[in-house]
Formats: sequence, C-alpha cells, structure tokens
Amino acid sequence: MRRLINQRISRPLAFFLGTLPFIIAIVLYMAASAERLSENPNDKLLPAFSTMGDTLLRMATEENKRSGDILLWVDTLASLERLAMGVGISATIALLLGLTLGALPLFRANLSPFTTAISMVPPMALLPVLFIVFGLGEVSKVVLIVIGITPYLIRELQSRVSELPTEQWIKAQTLGANSWQLMLRMVLPQMLPRLVDALRLSMGAAWLFLIAAEAIASTEGLGYRIFLVRRYMAMDIILPYVAWISLLAIISDQLLKQLNRKLFPWYQPQ
Amino acid sequence: MSFIEFKKVSKTYGDQPVLDNINLSVKKGEFVTMVGASGCGKSTFLKMLSGQESASKGQCLLDGQPLTGEPSVDRGIVFQKYSVFPHLSVLDNVILGLEFAQSKLLARLFGKARAEAKEKAMNLLQRVGLHSAANKYPHELSGGMQQRLAIAQALIKEPKILLLDEPFGALDPGIRADMHQLILDLWQQTGTTIFMVTHDIGEGFYLGSRLLVFDKIRNDPMAPNAWGATITYDLKLNQANHGQLAKSGDDVQEHSLYNDIQHSVHATARVQNEAGISTGTGA
Repeated sequence: MRRLINQRISRPLAFFLGTLPFIIAIVLYMAASAERLSENPNDKLLPAFSTMGDTLLRMATEENKRSGDILLWVDTLASLERLAMGVGISATIALLLGLTLGALPLFRANLSPFTTAISMVPPMALLPVLFIVFGLGEVSKVVLIVIGITPYLIRELQSRVSELPTEQWIKAQTLGANSWQLMLRMVLPQMLPRLVDALRLSMGAAWLFLIAAEAIASTEGLGYRIFLVRRYMAMDIILPYVAWISLLAIISDQLLKQLNRKLFPWYQPQ
Repeated sequence: MSFIEFKKVSKTYGDQPVLDNINLSVKKGEFVTMVGASGCGKSTFLKMLSGQESASKGQCLLDGQPLTGEPSVDRGIVFQKYSVFPHLSVLDNVILGLEFAQSKLLARLFGKARAEAKEKAMNLLQRVGLHSAANKYPHELSGGMQQRLAIAQALIKEPKILLLDEPFGALDPGIRADMHQLILDLWQQTGTTIFMVTHDIGEGFYLGSRLLVFDKIRNDPMAPNAWGATITYDLKLNQANHGQLAKSGDDVQEHSLYNDIQHSVHATARVQNEAGISTGTGA
C-alpha cells in the first residue's frame, strides 16, 4: 500500500471527487429548504431554488416600479465601475512605487518604512475618515479599495523586483544600460505579469472593501442591494446576489489569468 | 604598458581575508583561465574585474586607468546561468545592447535603425549558430543554446574584456566540447581578452593561453579563514598543444604541472571541507 502522500488520482476520479462537495451542499440545502417550507410555506430563510430563480429573473429583466431601472444590471454596472477604478488606480500606483522602491536604494531607504507602516493600518478603520474627507459619493468607495490593496501590491512588487537574479542586473549594466533604461527594458516588462498575479490575489480584498463601502453609504450597487433587502429578510434576493458576485469574481480571476498567458508567453511562475 | 594590471591587490570581507597580494599583468588578447578550490577567491577576482567588488588594498588598472566601481560596457560578462533576459526573444536579447547605446530615452529602436541593428545581431547569431532560433524565447532553448545567446549578447558590445564565470559548468560534456570550440573560434576572430573561471582544471589548460591557479599558501586547520588565497601558479600555456594536454599528455612538462595543480587544489579543497567552510557561494 502506497503512502497517502504518494497516491495518484485518475482524472475521472478527480472530477468526481471535485464535484462531490458541490452536489452535497446543493442537496443539503434543498432538503433543509423543503423541510422548512413544508412547515411554513411563507418561510423566508431558505427559499426554494425555483423562488430564487424567479426573483433573479425579475431583477434581471423587469424595470423597478419606482426608479424604472433594471436593478441587477444597474447594481452590477455600478459595482464593477467602482471596482475597476479602484483596482486600476491601485495597479498604477503600485507599479510606479513598487518598481522605484525595488530598484532604487535611495527611494527604498526613504519610503520603505513608510509603506510598511501604512500597510499595517486597517483600511476599514479609515472608512469614516474617507466619508468625512471625500463625502458619501463615489470617491470614498474607490479610495477605500485603493487604500485597501495598494500597500500589499507595492510590497509584493518590491520583493518581486529584488528577486530578479543579480546576474541580470550586472548583465544589463555591461550592455550599457543606465538606471532608467534598465528599469524600462529589464525590470518593468518582467514585473507586468507579476503585477497581474498580485492583482488576482488582491481581488478578494478589493470586493470586500467595495461591498463594505456600498453597504454603508450608497444608492446602488451589489453590496448596497444585499444590505438593503436584508431588512425584509429577502433571502431570495440575497443568495442569488451572493452567487452572482462570486461568479463575477471567478470570471475576473480567469480573465486575468488568460491575460497573463496571452500577453506574456515567456512568463512561467515557479 | 600592460593592458590590465593588478598591483598588490588584496580583498577582505570584514576581517576575513579572501585574496592576498595579487600581482598580475595581462596583455591584450590573452585568454586567461582561472582555477582553484571553492572559496579560494577566483570568483572574487572576477568580480573585481567586472566592477561588482572593489579591492580593499592595491590598484586594479585597465589601460592605465583604475577600474570603475560598477559594471560597464568595457567588460562583457557571461554567467553560469540567468545571463539572458527571459522576457525577450533571442534576437531582442542581442539587439538590446545596441538599443541602450542608441536610444537613451526609450531604449528602443524603430524603423531603419532597428533594421540595421537586427542585421548586426543576426550576423552575430549566425556566428554562434543561433540564427534559426532568433524568434524563440530563452526558456525554449537548451542550456548550451542559452549560453551561446549569452555570449552573442555580450559580444555585440565589442567589449575590451570578456569575463566568463563558469559558463559551461552546467552543460553536458558533449555540449561542452562544442562550446569550447565556439569560444576558441570567437577568441581568435575577435582578439578580445578573455578571463574565465572554471572548476575544471583540464578545461583551464585546454582553453587558456595562460592559466592562473588560486590557492591558499598557508592553511591552518584550526583557523581555516585566517589566511587569504593568492595566485600560486601563473603559467604560459603552449597554444600549439591546444586540446592535446588533458587527453594524451604529449607535453611532459605541462602534464606534470597539471598533476601538481590538481593535487594542491584538491588538498586545499579537502582542508576547507573538513574545516566545515561553506563554499561555492561566490565568496
């Protein structure tokens, strides 16, 4: 008998084992839901899949009576816009600072302790400050995402830069590169795919900050909707919304992964 | 005046001597091979030549001028690995050196300038036998081909000195023989001065026009780090014998020297090993 650590799992078996937890979770939910609904047909806590499907269809196709908007799309668009702005701004700042801190000792000595300290501040604790400074509009939500993920991205890139082999730095200099040329042609292109990797890891945090900010002050957005309908215990809206958000997260992750493959065929993570 | 001159050079890290009293004068066009046990300073010596390290005492001169304290275009280099840029194609790896020189702001060439640079690079790639792989990325190349690329990349700058830090150490024996032929051909064609560190004493004899042995004159088993290494042999090698020595031993004198050197290098290595010195980390 082989040791457990040496077991080899065939593809079909791996597929079966992989899908099993999903099936179990769905079956358990359906059983619990049916159980509660049989006792009280008006139960709101565990709505049947059919109810959730109907509600989702309504949210995605019918105009809201009061605002005339189709809520799911309005919410999705608002949230994705904030997310894209926050992540985009963070990536730009991180690229500039991460490269500078990683490659130039003078700036590293000057700014590294500061970024380390900033990254220790819990971003959520700053949310009230942001609301006071930037008001309750779009800016503070975007800024929260930026504050939340930029320090991590900077530190990540900085350490990726310092992981470039010494041989490369020497080689570039013997080819006549000055510091600027070296960063432009050697460091920057090698950091882009690593930035995308870092973004994939920080998307979870970005969603967290987005939903938190929307929950507190907003008029549309996925996070706003969930927290709004909580008052009516509308689980038939909340659960599909959560699933939708998760799906968006998975899609964005896969898009970034494909982007790396397409744009940087030379890049092979260790 | 000699081309490269080391006058009473020593190097210490903290209070630990690595190299003691190096005196050396090298003429243009020599092929200097350097052998020695790990930790005997041959890599440190190479780093002083490349500008990665500076001498603690003494003077290192190139053309009568002190060597600059950072790497420069005068001195091309090829390492055992990581010498080429993984994100650039073979062709772009070679063109890069020209782009740095001709385009200060963008470090990129376009149009006619790029076409000219490309032609020059393709010529060089042809010479090292890589022209058919010009559009591949380095990770698609074998180890030997990557080293060919690293050599071509360095040569496009026409450096005064070419530094080779165990460039063939990670290659299979057959590939290594091909690389030996390539580097000898290039050396004869370009007339450049080459310094090469190698672990393989036979390789040192085979390739070099001059062989330096780095060794410790004094070894104290109780305090293995108390003494630095120096150059114990400085041999002019007979180029007519190229490639004969290690195999047939025609040249009796060189053959006995080979044995002596091998003996003393191995003895030093053993002493270091027993004393538990960690070596091979580039010190």
